[in-house]
Amino acid sequence: MYRIRFHGRGGQGMKTASRILGRAFFLAGYEVQDAPRYGAERRGAPIFAYVRAAKSPINERGIIQHPDLVVVADDSLIGLPAAGVLSGLTDRTIFLFYSDTDEKSWQHRLNLKNTLFTIPVDTQAVDPLQRRYAGVSCVGGAARLTGVLDQATLKKAIEEEMADRSPHTVSTNIDHANATFSLLAQHDTIIEEGAAISAVGYEPPKWLELAPDPAAICAPAIYGGGTSSKVQTGLWRTMRPVIQYDKCRQCWWICSTFCPDSAISVTENRYTRIDYDHCKGCMVCVMQCPSHAILAIAEKDADKVTLQEVPS
Amino acid sequence: MKRTLLTGNGAAAWGARLAAVDYIPAFPITPQTEILETLAYWVDNGDLDTRLVTLESEHSMITAAGSSAATGVRTFTATSSQGLLHGMEMIYTVAGWRVPFVMVNVSRGLAAPLTLESDHNDIMAARDSGCLQLHCATCQEVLDSILMAYRLAEHPEIRLPVIVNLDGFYLSYTREPVAIPDDDASRTFVGEFDSGSIHFKAGAPLSHASAVLGGSTYSYFRYSQHLAAQRGLSVYEEIAEEFARTFGRRHDAVEGYRHEDAEYLFLMIGSFATKGKEAVNSLRDAGWKIGLIRPHMLRPFPVERIYSLARGKKAIAVIDQNISMGKGGVLHTELASALYGKPGAPPILASFIGGLGGRDLPYEELFEIAKTLRDSAAAGATPPPRLLYTETELLEMRKLQAIAGVRIPFEEVHHD
Repeated sequence: MYRIRFHGRGGQGMKTASRILGRAFFLAGYEVQDAPRYGAERRGAPIFAYVRAAKSPINERGIIQHPDLVVVADDSLIGLPAAGVLSGLTDRTIFLFYSDTDEKSWQHRLNLKNTLFTIPVDTQAVDPLQRRYAGVSCVGGAARLTGVLDQATLKKAIEEEMADRSPHTVSTNIDHANATFSLLAQHDTIIEEGAAISAVGYEPPKWLELAPDPAAICAPAIYGGGTSSKVQTGLWRTMRPVIQYDKCRQCWWICSTFCPDSAISVTENRYTRIDYDHCKGCMVCVMQCPSHAILAIAEKDADKVTLQEVPS
Repeated sequence: MKRTLLTGNGAAAWGARLAAVDYIPAFPITPQTEILETLAYWVDNGDLDTRLVTLESEHSMITAAGSSAATGVRTFTATSSQGLLHGMEMIYTVAGWRVPFVMVNVSRGLAAPLTLESDHNDIMAARDSGCLQLHCATCQEVLDSILMAYRLAEHPEIRLPVIVNLDGFYLSYTREPVAIPDDDASRTFVGEFDSGSIHFKAGAPLSHASAVLGGSTYSYFRYSQHLAAQRGLSVYEEIAEEFARTFGRRHDAVEGYRHEDAEYLFLMIGSFATKGKEAVNSLRDAGWKIGLIRPHMLRPFPVERIYSLARGKKAIAVIDQNISMGKGGVLHTELASALYGKPGAPPILASFIGGLGGRDLPYEELFEIAKTLRDSAAAGATPPPRLLYTETELLEMRKLQAIAGVRIPFEEVHHD
């Protein structure tokens, strides 16, 4: 059985990508199971989707513990523990990253000996959430690595899964899938189907007898106030608003009021400051700023910009 | 027939479409909403000639479903979790009216604390309502069960609502290959709704569900409903047989998997039963004599069918994805009552509670459950009920509690 896991951010089309690959397997005569897995849906947050494909009916269900292939459509997720990109990897797990950073760098950074491929990023869009073809490019690569899906099948799968889109959108997606399919030609069939789950030599679960706790402990209550600030929603951000204080006209209420996450605070001298731990990068402030004093910078380029100090 | 990839929700919508339903009272709730969205889309573009009405709550929605069925109209509706509970007064009431319709419940754990993910406590709350229950393990079974459910509900000796249950996420949002039967074949199989004594006509008044004071009248009506529900098993079996002849797919009231020569059995319902089958395959490869039984029909409870599959086994593990507070797993209790005192009843019925609120059921746990069965059978003693919960999970819980400002005594955290 092929067990393939897709990682991306909400809005990057991981569900669609997993469905295109699932459909391609199905058209090629495989039994298939594909599903997205997310919490409350939200743009920019890490999500994953998975595809199982086998020649016989599939009884496995739910999340894939030990994937044969891990596809990552947004390389800014790789370093985020919350994204779980490396979860359940085995010696034979193969990685496919949509990234301009080369294979050797990733292997070095992650201390991985696993086989790893990269697909160059479509540089048209700076914001990763606007890279419309990240998902389908990954599908093209994944299809080639299995070696059991041809371009005609891939084309048909895209046409069926995107039946409600315009012919231009469909053909552009097919072009992107074909490009990565060709790019990885020399690695055709590198992924092998994973073995069935074995009841021999498994690691037994460390079950625990749950002892009764007093109600003050085990009632589902949150006693500490402000705990939501501990959730760093800034990790969902792909674009960063940066205030240029030399252009700021101190009309402090506009950006701070429009910010839907209360992530812009006002200083004593009527300047504003962005809380990057909780700014989700919606860019509403950038759109609202009357003096155009807020820049929109891609997260990956953020370290190239010097943050201006709030004037005293 | 067309075979394609559908989610469990998509399969449910197709079931309603192929049954040519006339009326759909609707109210959204995760993870069910996609069913009603799909049906609404079809109504909108003319693929489905049905009246779909959004109501202001599930209480009204289920009232509308019962009322439309009481006028002789084929009715479909769907809900989940808190929605099912919100409509619970009417679930019991419309079943008491003895009117037939089909409702899909997409299982989701109950508040509090709130969750969106799956377990069976919602559908178990409707267990005693008089609605019959079919529990699905695959997306295909969802579609097929809805077609069979209309036959069952509308049978003149039954005339009760049927709830078709599918698990949230694990089926609702998971695509699998599903064979969609042809319109004609489906309509021929389901047939026209012959409403019999049910009618709603000006000039011919009919009053449903009058008040009855004095227990004896009440007892007659209530026990008659129970007898109708029990009759549901043999009627279902006739329908399932005809379904198998027509469409080539069998959906027995109780599915047995590699059970014939088994010494040990898992008993599971719903989509996790397919994981159970996979574990059976792995254990068989490792030399175990183990199988699985899966009640597809939960109301009526197919006592004799379960007994015939369980008879002579050394031990059964019941894996309940629900919990009756203060008692334990509901299916475990039901199995015990079905087998107690019968010749050849397995001496060991072990209770496991797992998969609450969508918690995964890893294969290692199923293997370990098998080992527990073997050890218990050898020792001749039933093991205490077990929650499938690990040390790591409690450790993670303690971290969350620390963030939540829960004051936990030092020795509670460092208990070893």
